[in-house]
Amino acid sequence: MMHIIEALHLNKEYGSTKALEDVSLAVDSGDFFAIIGPSGSGKSTLLRLIGLIEPPSSGKIIFMGEDATSRSEEEQLSFRREIGIVFQDAVLFTTTVYENVAYPLKIRKRPRSEIEKRVKESLETVGLAGFENKNASELSGGEAQRVSLAQALVYEPKLLLLDEPTANLDPRNATIIENVVSGLSHEKGTTAIMATHNMQQVQFLASNGAILHDGRVIERGKISELFKSPSAFLSSFALIGNVFPGMSEVGADGLATIDVGASWKIEATTNKRGRVTVFIRPEDIIISKEPIQSSARNLLRGRVVQILQNGQKVRIKVNADREFLVTMTRRSFEEMRLEPGSLVFLAFKASSVNVI
Amino acid sequence: MDPIVDGLVTAFRLLVSVDPEVYGIVLLSLVVSGVAVLVGAMAGIPFGALIALRSFIGKRVLLSLLNTLTGLPPVVVGLLVYLMLSSSGPLGPLQLLYKPQAMVIAQLIMVFPIVASVTASAVSSVDRKLRLRALSLGAGGSQMTFTMLREARTGVLTAIVLSFGAAISEVGAVMIVGGNIRWFTRTLTTAIVLETELGQFGMALALGIILLALSFLINVALTRLQWSGLRR
Repeated sequence: MMHIIEALHLNKEYGSTKALEDVSLAVDSGDFFAIIGPSGSGKSTLLRLIGLIEPPSSGKIIFMGEDATSRSEEEQLSFRREIGIVFQDAVLFTTTVYENVAYPLKIRKRPRSEIEKRVKESLETVGLAGFENKNASELSGGEAQRVSLAQALVYEPKLLLLDEPTANLDPRNATIIENVVSGLSHEKGTTAIMATHNMQQVQFLASNGAILHDGRVIERGKISELFKSPSAFLSSFALIGNVFPGMSEVGADGLATIDVGASWKIEATTNKRGRVTVFIRPEDIIISKEPIQSSARNLLRGRVVQILQNGQKVRIKVNADREFLVTMTRRSFEEMRLEPGSLVFLAFKASSVNVI
Repeated sequence: MDPIVDGLVTAFRLLVSVDPEVYGIVLLSLVVSGVAVLVGAMAGIPFGALIALRSFIGKRVLLSLLNTLTGLPPVVVGLLVYLMLSSSGPLGPLQLLYKPQAMVIAQLIMVFPIVASVTASAVSSVDRKLRLRALSLGAGGSQMTFTMLREARTGVLTAIVLSFGAAISEVGAVMIVGGNIRWFTRTLTTAIVLETELGQFGMALALGIILLALSFLINVALTRLQWSGLRR
């Protein structure tokens, strides 16, 4: 398969600071590629270089078989127009939602009828139909990010770059964005490169990836391989867990039962049927030393396997048939006096189960 | 009669009596300042935007220079333009001195630095992330400039409001290069100077009131435009 984009020995310096050092990678057309790394590892810089909005200090970027780095500004513009980018923080033009989404088409001088049709479709895709005449400044952070995504989709780029698009979003908006991106990749075959340190996201969405550490690629390959035996570095910043493949059946009440094997079923609010992947954010799981009497649809019993303390957050691995990862604040952790081997009860709501 | 009351009465009488000379003066003032601001804006807005968006050696010096020029004394501008246009000056053969065109040129020189420096400051205060966004969505060079100007639109309107205010109220330059010729180059400000010198305080005040009223109306219109731009 043809590489849509190749980065060859990229270096980027800002003054005396090295942001990227000899980074090379290649992404196949149609692939969903993850750039994994903690904050400050150079992910955003790498995406800006790949997106051709900032030149590398040295090295080459080959876009669809052509060296984009050595081209004139005008030729670079035509490459850039095949790439869509969603940044971590949405910044929108101070005008209506419609004008924001229409912008990329207007500067490409597309006919008005086409612009109207595509803007409508894009807003529908991100679940913001009817928002056309709203002012961009009236939107919530999540809505603004969805408009950003619509801006990047409206011109159907060949390559979509996502720079931690859900890092600052609430779970509901994050899930909407994940679903849209996943749909694009599966249904339209759009190539996507996503920078993230959210491992659930990586495991759901990406098939290949590279791990970045201090501006260097330290590992690369299939996501399933990378996570099968994660390196010490990967596990040091990655929250890996709570991801289960299964079969979904939707009941008459609209509640889905997802069989994840070994006679264990998860209840979730989704209308997706068939083969799905579920994940539960570690912060959405309630942990208790007593059996939980709660309205939560999913209740489990297990034992603490491992406790990882990191600043104000404590991560606890619990073995309840499957391994679960739960996060809690240091204060609750201290009040609960948990230790390896403690008997605990877990609960999470059907609405906290994310299904892709 | 009290000169102030006299002035108000005279102003009212002049306006309702449709005095052709007064209307001619008002029209000339508006046309001269309007053309100067229009040309100044067409040149100064893109110039200011380019300074703000490009990085080049000497950028700070250029900005400081522009800021200094916004405070140019009109009489000095008038003198310089006079020297250029006088029959022995380099542009003497054009024979523009004591014509409205000379007045436009003088006001244009005053207005351009105001438009350019206020625009530059408005465009540089647009969020840098927005520039990155426009770039990432495929904006080319001139599209980028236009997009940033649109984001800075309230500041750009401020530039126009300020420069029009400076032009219409300026007297030193138009007096020197226009010569305050009756029916030809007499503006509201030069007429006020003349009437005051003649001791016609009522007439002078009446023209002053008309000038203030004009400035006020134009500012109201531009401010409304500015606020509707903010809300959009």
